[in-house]
Amino acid sequence: MRVYARILAAGFRTQSRYLPAAFAGLLANATFGLLKSGILLTLVDDGGGELDGYTAGTMAAYVWLSQGLLGSVNIWSLPSSAERIKSGDIAVDFLRPADVQLASIADDVGRGLFALIPRGLPSVGVGVLLVGMAMPAQVLPYALGAVSLALGITLSHALAYLLGTAGFWLVEVRGLQVLYMGVAGLLTGLITPVWLFPGWLEAIAVATPFPAVMMYPIDVLSGRTTGTDALWLLAVQAGWLALALAAGQVATRLGRRTLEVQGG
Amino acid sequence: MSGTTSDTIVEVRGLSRDFRVRDGLKVRRLTAVDRMTWSIAAGEAVGYIGANGAGKSTTIKMLAGILVPTAGDVHTCGLRPVKDRKKLARRIGVVFGQRSQLWWDLPVRESFGILAAIHSLSRARERARTDELVETLDMGDYLGTPVRQLSLGQRMRAEVAAALLHRPQLLILDEPTIGLDVLSKQRLREFLVRERAEHGTTLLLTTHDMGDVERLCDRVLVVDHGRLAYDGSLDGLGRTVGAERVLVVDLAEPCAELAVPGARHLRSEGGGLRQHLAFDPAATTAARVLAAVSEQADVLDLTIAEPAVEDVVRRIYERATTSSS
Amino acid sequence: MGDGLAGRASELVRPYRAVLASRVRAQRAYRASFRADLFGTAVVGLTELAEVVVLFSAANGTLGGLDLMQALLVFGLAELAFSNADMLFGHVDSLARQVRSGTVDILYLRPQPLLAQLVTSDISLRRVGRSALAVVVLVVALVVNDVDWGPRAVALLAMSLVCGFAIFCANFVTAGGLQFFLLNAQEVTNAFVYGGRHASTQPATVWVRSITVIFGFVFPMAFCAYLPAMLLLGEPGAEWLPAWLGWYAPAAAAWAWTVALLAWRAGVRHYQGGGG
Repeated sequence: MRVYARILAAGFRTQSRYLPAAFAGLLANATFGLLKSGILLTLVDDGGGELDGYTAGTMAAYVWLSQGLLGSVNIWSLPSSAERIKSGDIAVDFLRPADVQLASIADDVGRGLFALIPRGLPSVGVGVLLVGMAMPAQVLPYALGAVSLALGITLSHALAYLLGTAGFWLVEVRGLQVLYMGVAGLLTGLITPVWLFPGWLEAIAVATPFPAVMMYPIDVLSGRTTGTDALWLLAVQAGWLALALAAGQVATRLGRRTLEVQGG
Repeated sequence: MSGTTSDTIVEVRGLSRDFRVRDGLKVRRLTAVDRMTWSIAAGEAVGYIGANGAGKSTTIKMLAGILVPTAGDVHTCGLRPVKDRKKLARRIGVVFGQRSQLWWDLPVRESFGILAAIHSLSRARERARTDELVETLDMGDYLGTPVRQLSLGQRMRAEVAAALLHRPQLLILDEPTIGLDVLSKQRLREFLVRERAEHGTTLLLTTHDMGDVERLCDRVLVVDHGRLAYDGSLDGLGRTVGAERVLVVDLAEPCAELAVPGARHLRSEGGGLRQHLAFDPAATTAARVLAAVSEQADVLDLTIAEPAVEDVVRRIYERATTSSS
Repeated sequence: MGDGLAGRASELVRPYRAVLASRVRAQRAYRASFRADLFGTAVVGLTELAEVVVLFSAANGTLGGLDLMQALLVFGLAELAFSNADMLFGHVDSLARQVRSGTVDILYLRPQPLLAQLVTSDISLRRVGRSALAVVVLVVALVVNDVDWGPRAVALLAMSLVCGFAIFCANFVTAGGLQFFLLNAQEVTNAFVYGGRHASTQPATVWVRSITVIFGFVFPMAFCAYLPAMLLLGEPGAEWLPAWLGWYAPAAAAWAWTVALLAWRAGVRHYQGGGG
């Protein structure tokens, strides 16, 4: 385990070298935050101040937390491991004593955690100062929220890794990646809260791991979901993470065999 | 074309270029090119050498109109590079060893076709020039191959052809032989010699390879820390800095330090089995040194090392500092 | 005489045509992956559409003064203009990467204007997938909504598409110009390139004041789709942005291009003068 903690810390430090890029990302996030809060708060207002359990305060919290998380979760792109899988360089990684899947995810999670500092916290700051987003007054939601956040960030990178393993068998992963980007973008609740979906779409979303990446951590952290319900969401997240890691492990082993057959 | 421009191809007067470098929060000024003055006449072949960061690429970018000088004047083909960039582009060809001007996913032939369109060559001229270059650079075998599948040697030949397609008066080559194997280097050099002889193309090349300079150039400019440290013939360069060659001999038996007239013992390895001897090619020849060695010991094998560019530059620099103090 | 002029014009566009034709050939050479990309861009468009559909369906009848079908008219106009601009100008947005890899220097060695070369250096045919989706949405919205068809409506529609396209293209060029300064922070330009795209699909009535200033006037996104659509629908528009302003879309496009060309010129000067 120590080796993965080391890798995670290294990823954290690596990301600290890209501060200008992080601040640039923050500016883009803030713009999107303003655009989204405009329309979503109008929506809540038109609904008489309450819509699907959202008030103006919790809706603002949704907007700024989701924008703040964008630097930390991976919904859009293939991880660096995917590039190595595609080029076959991953064969070298198999010779190292550390597990390829865990090492690669640990590095990405480390970078994601660092991004919370220059992108996550300021985004929340903007939300609190500018639009008066609601944040819970007790300690418990923050403690649970931190765990939920860590689970969500890790899950997003575990899923991205799993997507990248398709490169063992497919010549071109880009089509798949774009499809993933579209589906994940919608179902994680990045574009609109999952709870505003029509019933059938909400049912589909909840049946996938995607809301566990972003929607659940936001619900727990903003205090929209509390108590045993919050604990249940954490359990669901942990379940999806275990499943994604197991699937990634299996895909890596099968892929390694394919690679060895082709290479030998 | 006017008489003055046909005589002087490149003219540089008091040319300087500073960069602002961010160092933490402080902004520092760094002088990459420092008040340089020199010119190149039509038909010359000039080697532009210096250590990394000496200001070579910066100079080339100013000659080509990519960078604006901080101070001083530059004229290339009688034009002001930045102001007349588009006109100048029709008269010069540039090969950057590290970046390609070809389309990596297209066959070589198609890249040439596009470049011909870019330079508005008529179909007839395009065909004649392409055929000539394909023939002299021996590219017939891979004209239909996408650029990304070429070997480095093949790609460099294609790059040079691409830069020469529009018959430029001046060809600038930035590290053209970097990474090439011996045979590819040789081929490229032979071609450049021939191109120059047949079309009178002026050559300006930066390189780390003394072999390029020896075989291609009749004049050398040495830059050091952005300043011109030497301007003259290659022989003269050898004379001024005593650019020695080194003869390395492997002997049948360990031997004490060899004492050879006209040569200097540098060092021994393996208890005297291998010895390094430096000599000045202007004063003696390798054959004479070898003959003298053979009188003292049995020679099994030998190599002659060219002086490295860095070595030459370092000595010029040392000479400059000692003479000024 | 006319023949000579046509000949000169054809000689003038020959370099650009040669490069673009080669890009088209290269992209069509890998059919399977091209089809996957077409599909992919359509999926991206679909998720953008999903946002509008979800929000306006969740609304109590109308949101920001528009019902779902009216919102789809705004979306269709904006999306089509953006997607077309992205197809032709999208790669200008990756200028920072091209500076780092040195490909910009190569453009300096060719006898055409830099910006013209850069714009014609690539084309993303795969975005046809997203444009096609936008066309479908736009046609449906035009049929379902209560549009008073006549020369005025046709002129409005054409003007909106042309000016919207021009404004989005200008944004890409502005982004390119600024990226000469922002080599390590080029995401800054995402704020108005992609933020601007997002804004152009919204009813301007929901905007906070700062957004109204930025995307109503500085980057005139309201003129791409919202204002012309309000004219087509006979709706009043928003505070600060009344519908009649929609007729001034050509002026907005001219303004956007003025900003773009100034940013580009400043960027090029910075690159030649101060960059390294």
